[in-house]
Amino acid sequence: MSLLTLDHLTVHRGDRAVVRDVSLRVGAGECVGLIGPNGAGKTTLMRAALGLLPATGTSSVAALPAAARARQAAWLPQMRDIAWPVSVETLVALGRTPHLAPGGRLREADRAAVDAALARLDLAAFRSRIATQLSGGEQARVLIARALAQDAPLLLADEPIAGLDPAHQIMTMTVFAALAAEGRAVIASLHDLGLAARHCTRLVLMGAGRLVADGAPADVLTPENLAQVFGVRAYYAQTPDGPVFQPLEVVK
Amino acid sequence: MRYGTLIAGLGALVLVLFAASLLIGPAALGLGDSLGALFAGRGEAAVLVMREIRLPRALLGVMLGASLGLSGAAMQGYLRNPLAEPGLIGVSSSAALGAVLALQTGLAASFALALPLMALAGAVLSVLLLLLLAGPRGSSLTLILAGIALSAFAGALTSLVLNLSPNPYAAAEIIFWMLGSLGDRSFTHVWLALPFMALGWVLLATLGRGLDALTLGEDAAAALGIRLARLRLVLILGVAACVGAGVAVAGAVGFVGLVVPHLLRPLVGARPGRLLPASALGGAAMLLAADIAVRVIAPGRDLKLGVLTALVGAPLFLHLIYKTRREGL
Repeated sequence: MSLLTLDHLTVHRGDRAVVRDVSLRVGAGECVGLIGPNGAGKTTLMRAALGLLPATGTSSVAALPAAARARQAAWLPQMRDIAWPVSVETLVALGRTPHLAPGGRLREADRAAVDAALARLDLAAFRSRIATQLSGGEQARVLIARALAQDAPLLLADEPIAGLDPAHQIMTMTVFAALAAEGRAVIASLHDLGLAARHCTRLVLMGAGRLVADGAPADVLTPENLAQVFGVRAYYAQTPDGPVFQPLEVVK
Repeated sequence: MRYGTLIAGLGALVLVLFAASLLIGPAALGLGDSLGALFAGRGEAAVLVMREIRLPRALLGVMLGASLGLSGAAMQGYLRNPLAEPGLIGVSSSAALGAVLALQTGLAASFALALPLMALAGAVLSVLLLLLLAGPRGSSLTLILAGIALSAFAGALTSLVLNLSPNPYAAAEIIFWMLGSLGDRSFTHVWLALPFMALGWVLLATLGRGLDALTLGEDAAAALGIRLARLRLVLILGVAACVGAGVAVAGAVGFVGLVVPHLLRPLVGARPGRLLPASALGGAAMLLAADIAVRVIAPGRDLKLGVLTALVGAPLFLHLIYKTRREGL
C-alpha cells in the first residue's frame, strides 16, 4: 500500500528550482533514508511533500485537507523549536492535536499513545521535567517522541539523529525500523551514511534538487554515486556484523 | 496548583475587586446605602451614583482588563515571545489617532459619541491596512513588520496633530485623554464597547489548540493540522476588536496585556491555550485593582489609570526579568 506518492514534484525558490521533477512512491513497511549533500533539496522535498511549501506536480499527502493530512503524516522539522517551558509530557501530548476531541481533553487512547512514545524513546523518567531545561540531545528525543505520539502511518523526519549520542542514534534508528516493520513508513533525511546503510530498507539519494538514485542501500551507495554526488570515497562491506560503511577521503 | 483551582481563585478575585470597585468612590456612601441604591433603588442621589457612575465604571474595568489580558496572552502565544503585547499590531495607536482627530476637530465636543466612534473607525481602518500589508500566507514575521510600520505611522500622525494644534487647551485635552482613564464613563460606553469586545473574546477563545501547537514552531504546527493563515486572521480580528473597543472607551492603558500573561504563565504550566482564560481573569483583576487604586491614592487629583498601570507594571516586569535570569532560563 502506498503511503506517499510524489509525481513530478518541483519547487522553485525565486527563479531557481531547488527540487526538480521528483517522482517517488513510498509504501507501508519501508524505512527510507533520504541522503544527499547540504543543499541537495532534502528538506525542501519533504516540506513540499507535506504541503508546507507551494510546489508544482502532485503529492498525495499535500492534496489532503489539513486535518486528514495531520492524521496521515507526522513531521519532525530540523529546527528544534520548544517555545515555552512546558513539561515533557505536555510537549509530547501536542502530537495528539489531530486526534483530540472538540473539548481538547486527552482521552484514554491519547494518554496511551503518549506513554508509548515516551517509553520508546527512553523518556519515561523525564515525564515531568521542563522540556526547555533539558540538553539539546534530550530535547531532540522529546521531539521525536512528540512525532511518534501523533501515531500517523507515515513519519517524515528531518535530520532526526543529528546531535544525539551514539546509543540514542542507534536507538532512534531502531525505533524507525520497528515502526516500518509494524506496517508504517518512515522517511528520514540523514547525513550518517553508516547508520543509513545499516537501518534503512531503502535509500533515496538526492543531488542538486534531483533524484539521483533510489533503491536498496547497496545499490545506492556505489563508488560512482559517492564520488559524483558527495565527492567522497568510502569503505563499504557486508560483514558478519551487518553492513559497515565508513567515508574515507574527499575525492576530485 | 491545579488549573481549575487557579481559574476559580482568579474568578473569585475578580468578583471581590468588582464589589470593591462598586463600594469605593468620592461620594461617601455607606455599605448599606450603596447596596440599597444598587439593588433596591433606595435614595435618589445614591441610585444615580451607583447605577450611572460606579456600575458602568466597574463593568468597563472588567471588560477592558479581560480584553487586554486575553489579547496579550494570545499575541504572546502566537508570536512565541513573552515580550509581545496587544499594541504590537498597530490597532491601538490607530484607534488613538482616530480619537485624537475627534478631539482636535472639535467633533468630540459637539457630539459625545464622536470620540469612541472615530477611535473604532481608526481601528477598523488599521486592520484593513494590516491584512493588506501582512500578505496572504500565515507568517508571523510579516505581521510584526506590518504592525510596527502601522504603529509608527499612526504615532507620527498623532504627533503631527499635536504639533499643529492651534490652542494649548486642545493639546492638553488630547494628552490627558491619551493617558487612559475609566472616569466619567456611562452605560453608553459599556454598550458601545461590549459587542466588539464580546466578539473579540469569542474569536480569541477558539485559538487555544492552535497556540498550543505553535509551541513546536510554525512548520510543526502546520503539519499538526493547524491552518496558520486562518489562525492569524482570527487573531488579528480578535485582538483588534478587543483593543480597538478598549482604546475607544478608555484611551491607552498599557502594560496589562504585557505583564498579566507573563505573571500567570508559570501557574498554568506555560501552556499557551490554558493561559488565555487565566489571563482574561487576571487582566480584569489587575485593571479593577488599578482603577480602585487611582481613586484611593489621589481622590482629588484625577490620577489617570494608564499612568498607574505603567507605574506598577514596569517595576513588576523588571522583577520578572530578574527572576527569569536567576533561574537561568
